Amino acid sequence: MKINPKKCVACGNCTYVCPMGAIYIDPVIKRATVNSAECVECYACYNGMSQEKLNPVMVRTMRKVFQLLRLRFDPEPDVCPTSAFEPDALVWPRIVRRAFSDPRVPHESTGIEGRGTEEVKTNDVSGRVVVGEVGFTIEFGRPGVGVWFRDIQKACWTLAKAGVSFEKKNPITSLMTDVSAGTINAEVMGEKLMSAIIEIKVAVERTEEIVRLVWAIEKEIDTVVVLGVGTRCDEQGEDTVVAPILERLGYKLHRAKTNTGLGRITNTTKEKSNEPVSAGAPK
Amino acid sequence: MTNTLHRTGDADSFKDDYIVFAIASRGKNDEGALEKLQKFLRMAIPFSPVNLGDARNGGSLRPSKDLGPSAHWNRDISPDFEAVVEGFTHITTAAAVFDNRVAAEDFFKTVKEADMGLSVNISTSVDGAEQCCHHAGVPRHSVGYSLGFEGKTELLPNSHVLLLSTMCGHGMVANSLAKKMIDWVKEGRRTPEEAASYLQRFCSCGVYNPSRAKRILEDARGTTK
Repeated sequence: MKINPKKCVACGNCTYVCPMGAIYIDPVIKRATVNSAECVECYACYNGMSQEKLNPVMVRTMRKVFQLLRLRFDPEPDVCPTSAFEPDALVWPRIVRRAFSDPRVPHESTGIEGRGTEEVKTNDVSGRVVVGEVGFTIEFGRPGVGVWFRDIQKACWTLAKAGVSFEKKNPITSLMTDVSAGTINAEVMGEKLMSAIIEIKVAVERTEEIVRLVWAIEKEIDTVVVLGVGTRCDEQGEDTVVAPILERLGYKLHRAKTNTGLGRITNTTKEKSNEPVSAGAPK
Repeated sequence: MTNTLHRTGDADSFKDDYIVFAIASRGKNDEGALEKLQKFLRMAIPFSPVNLGDARNGGSLRPSKDLGPSAHWNRDISPDFEAVVEGFTHITTAAAVFDNRVAAEDFFKTVKEADMGLSVNISTSVDGAEQCCHHAGVPRHSVGYSLGFEGKTELLPNSHVLLLSTMCGHGMVANSLAKKMIDWVKEGRRTPEEAASYLQRFCSCGVYNPSRAKRILEDARGTTK
């Protein structure tokens, strides 16, 4: 993303709306500027701000007059008055930034929409996580911190050594050059993302082991982590297996998404296999 | 992870936050899903949602690409639910956000009776979702727990800011904008309702809960944490 200096009036509105804090008023040119190293191409500025098409010269003049008189104009805070944002034409490998950061676009790099996959949201029709299994989503970077691929790589290597199964239809898995080792394409290591989600599935007996493994990974990386744990309920709609394990590990289960089981297969055309990709035997 | 699971807070803080969303699975039940998802959204309107969401195109309050100068004085902050339904043009997640359990329960029961074959999820407190399922007479199929933030949590802002920014789980609501809105409410420059509307427009999938945001901003006015 870039900001056209001929249009920018340095109102500063955009400096607050960047989730990565990557926009600032450059004290030399006195225009809003994007720190491209930190920008994750989420397009929150371009898509989220309303835009006016005011004359930049007129706006700058008015702002100078107000400033001289020590008056503060109180405009709407989510508006770019001169439509100064201009998206860059993204190329590989930078394009993965947008794919993992702008929720409105499909993954150009992987062909998969969204940062993750359907998880247990469609478990009633996909059968992704069955009784006796636990699905983990290990998310890095949210809220508002971001994550570098080099940190995701550390996590993937650690998980692969533990012999987990990476979800096949997942953007991170799609970028792996060696799934059995958890190795991601080296060309993207210098890219920063809003967030990324590793999805794995293990037998329920390994729940505590995986949680402790994630705790160890957290000490090696420089971002925040959110663990999501998906499980199949019994016929009465109860989870008497996974919740007690998580509570014993010290988690308070405040919030969850609940798949209500209303989904059913209605397509007349059969789809291709969607088996997870194994990273080898458990160690 | 589902973006709605990033909402932070204890179970009590979700008393006014119920998200019922429908999703079709590629290759399983996506044939004819566009019309069903539109129907899902339209069915929600009589139950007085506080937001409707189209994961591709946004919610019931959206930014404008051609704002007139008078908007600085008389901007419309009323939700446009019909626009969400009519603008639903791709098969993606459709969401209805409610600020009370009764509305969520009644809507979910209606969805169940419509029997569209879509996967329907409820994102709220664990107990709140259980009550909705019980009201409709369906056992829970699966649960996805959110275990909260871990790792370098020292990089996160204060709790009121997090409560506001994480309501867009995709991260489109910047922590710094949430902080600015708290400050503006404290200064009396904007009402909590107006401040919530600015935040809501950045949510690109329409699950932002302006009613909960308004409550949090009111709470933060005198005691920012």
